[in-house]
Amino acid sequence: MELWKRFDLVMFTGTYNTAILKSYISFVSRTMKHVVKILSLLVAVSAFWIALLQAAIIPRSHTWLLPIYFVVSLGCYGLLMVGIGLMQFPTCPREAVLLQHDITEAKDFLSANGVDVRSD
Amino acid sequence: MADEKENIGDKKYKYSIIIPTYNERLNIAIIVYLIFKHLRDVDFEIIVVDDGSPDGTQDIVKQLQQLYGEDRILLRARAKKLGLGTAYIHGLKYATGDFVVIMDADLSHHPKYLPSFIKKQLETDASIVTGTRYVKDGGVHGWNLMRKLTSRGANVLAQTLLWPGVSDLTGSFRLYKKLVLEDVISSCVSKGYVFQMEMIVRASRKGYQIEEVPITFVDRVFGTSKLGGSEIVEYLKGLVYLLLTT
Repeated sequence: MELWKRFDLVMFTGTYNTAILKSYISFVSRTMKHVVKILSLLVAVSAFWIALLQAAIIPRSHTWLLPIYFVVSLGCYGLLMVGIGLMQFPTCPREAVLLQHDITEAKDFLSANGVDVRSD
Repeated sequence: MADEKENIGDKKYKYSIIIPTYNERLNIAIIVYLIFKHLRDVDFEIIVVDDGSPDGTQDIVKQLQQLYGEDRILLRARAKKLGLGTAYIHGLKYATGDFVVIMDADLSHHPKYLPSFIKKQLETDASIVTGTRYVKDGGVHGWNLMRKLTSRGANVLAQTLLWPGVSDLTGSFRLYKKLVLEDVISSCVSKGYVFQMEMIVRASRKGYQIEEVPITFVDRVFGTSKLGGSEIVEYLKGLVYLLLTT
């Protein structure tokens, strides 16, 4: 029973601190460089991770590996987004045809009105 | 409530369209024709910034001026190839519109989307309306798998690092409020497509409202210009630069 209570507390404190930090960040975001924002986020996440280490709810060996899991999942997420984006990449073959029509129409009009349309 | 059937060109506003050119003697004529075709009821001017094209682009522009009027087409040339960012700054000096549109001269940006840019801006009073190729109604034609992969990878990386708030960072088909463009361009120092990224990221950081419209992009020069290793390195350097300075 005690274990569950303490886990609750850590999750709550961690989320609460992150929320506070995020509102602080958005409040000063106009003057802050973007890299500072990212670093602040990393600091918040690290604080949460250290809190987890100290509370020792999850076995320490697992907690030490959390950053690695995080980086690997970030990498996998990135690759997934690239793959999905590639599959869903919008193409427009019709547009090339329409463009050719437009070019012909333009050339006809222009040459009839004194504009040179040779592409030397 | 705005009447959707109203003509999309609000006659109070004037639009300056800046087109940097280099060796685009045929494309510039076609683009001008298409702009006049799609912006019939809109008050606009086209500013052609030519960097001393050896193929006679400027002569064609002069012929276009005879046809459409020198008040509608401004030729503001420069002596030699000096880069895109400075071309915009140069053209901006002569712009008399309330809004400035920037677009490429190689027909990858089709003027038929100009009304949708204008409409979006009028609906939302956005400071910047940018065209995005990477949404459902947009698209790209003329890229092979490798190019799409690079584009998508670059996009995911930039989104993760920069949180830019737009889906197409390197696009250069945009409508700006004139004052906003003047403000943003003065603080940008990059070159090439990193310059386009820098503009939109800086604008986003400054809090300007940015809206997007889908556009289609027909790349007809892909075969001739390769995306080599040096471009990728430039891009990564640009990302890090933007990460640290915006």
